Amino acid sequence: MDINTLRALATPIAFVAFIAIIAWTFSKGRKKGFEEAANLPFADDDDVSDVQRKSSVEKNTNE
Amino acid sequence: MSTAFDHPTYNYRVVRAFTIMTVVWGVVGMAIGVLIASQLVWPDLLANIPYLHFGRLRPLHTNAVIFGFGGSALFATSYYVVQRTTQARLFSDVLSGFTFWGWQIIIVAAAITLPLGYTQTKEYAELEWPIDILITLVWVAYAINFFGTVAKRKMKHIYVANWFYGAFIITVAVLHLGNSAVVPVSAMKSYSVYSGAADAMVQWWYGHNAVGFFLTAGFLGMMYYFVPKQAGRPVFSYRLSIVHFWALISLYIWAGPHHLHYTALPNWTQSLGMVMSLILLAPSWGGMINGVMTLSGAWHKLRHDPILRFLVVSLSFYGMSTFEGPMMSIKTVNALSHYTDWTVGHVHAGALGWVAMVSIGSVYHLLPAVLGMKPGQMYSSRLINVHFWLATIGTVLYIASMWVNGIMQGLMWRAFNNDGSLTYSFVEAVDASYPGWFVRVLGGAIFLLGMLLMSYNAWMTVRQAKGNEAANFQADTQAA
Repeated sequence: MDINTLRALATPIAFVAFIAIIAWTFSKGRKKGFEEAANLPFADDDDVSDVQRKSSVEKNTNE
Repeated sequence: MSTAFDHPTYNYRVVRAFTIMTVVWGVVGMAIGVLIASQLVWPDLLANIPYLHFGRLRPLHTNAVIFGFGGSALFATSYYVVQRTTQARLFSDVLSGFTFWGWQIIIVAAAITLPLGYTQTKEYAELEWPIDILITLVWVAYAINFFGTVAKRKMKHIYVANWFYGAFIITVAVLHLGNSAVVPVSAMKSYSVYSGAADAMVQWWYGHNAVGFFLTAGFLGMMYYFVPKQAGRPVFSYRLSIVHFWALISLYIWAGPHHLHYTALPNWTQSLGMVMSLILLAPSWGGMINGVMTLSGAWHKLRHDPILRFLVVSLSFYGMSTFEGPMMSIKTVNALSHYTDWTVGHVHAGALGWVAMVSIGSVYHLLPAVLGMKPGQMYSSRLINVHFWLATIGTVLYIASMWVNGIMQGLMWRAFNNDGSLTYSFVEAVDASYPGWFVRVLGGAIFLLGMLLMSYNAWMTVRQAKGNEAANFQADTQAA
């Protein structure tokens, strides 16, 4: 195949990949997984309590 | 620093070290910035000391703020975020220490070699080849350490912030290797393997993606962790964050040619770079909206939380400069803006408004946390608030003066008389720029003053944490 055919094909391939990513991202089945993922920063709320030695500041009360 | 703060699981030692150096290099780099801005207003300032000439200090300023300040902030936050969202300790303590000391040696080497005049003359890639090799070693260690930690994660998912940090690490490795390909001729002198327009194109492929991946993707990783964390609610749309990620990383890489409009670069390449830069507006604003909307329903928190203010205002500046950038990449607009102060103003809207402010907000959040206190509980919240206003006013003064100067310079340079001769000589445009340059010194100095307050606040927070440790130790021994 001519290298320029490959070069021209790159654009539609990128376009199809983009549509595929959108379809994958917005498919219904992924909702629960994404909710889990979005809450990862809060899965580890041990900001003060499990530090070896508790410091005198009040325990973290994350609203 | 004492090991008493050490977390049972995480390696906070390296995070603390990088966080402190973020503040240190921030002050140093921005002080040099104020100095060289002053040299433009008062050209006689240090004029007879060759090592402190504007031409040598200017790359030192950019290296110190981008790699010293920004780089340390990226190391600190990525090491903090990857541990906390995978609930795993960093892959290797040895590699962590190596990345810290290696990175500091690189910045110190820049501070020595650039004033001595050693340079590859490529913007943001000035450092000569021996330092480039050290950068490569540190970066490989960083990549192993980061992805090694992701690999041993305790959670099923890889949080979106880690995707952005990961893309930043991989792409910067590729850019650095590509653009630093040189033939060394002596210990501190080398020549690029590329030549002519190809060399310029490789340089701006590197240069623009230094902006896109070093100064954007990495800091978006910061945004996706610290904005939700400080606001106390998950990101507005996780789905949008995924589309944001793939769209941003696949588009940024093509935007470099807009730095070379109306040059020897082939015309089609210039137009392609312009179109790609325009499309880039979509993912940039998608990410910005995702960050800002995370606060929907919690806007009241902005009233009493200066850290959140830093984070949200950084997103406003991000939105503003990612609108301005595509606009300036349009060739007809670029014909006015190119080579003027407008470009300098645009860079600083991103650098001060976005990169510095999101880093400052993140440091205020994580510094107390890695000292065994509640996240965000710095020594003085009032000082954070004063810092916030100094940073905002400083940034606005800087970019407004550069807009005025840039548009004025562009208009003066292109003004013709009826007979076809130029209306103004170049030096007339220089003369007309002085008031704007003075306002820039003022804006930069105000921003720097904020950084000095931050240093004091950080210092007092460390002292407070040490005091807490001592008090606890005493209480424990008395109880025993």
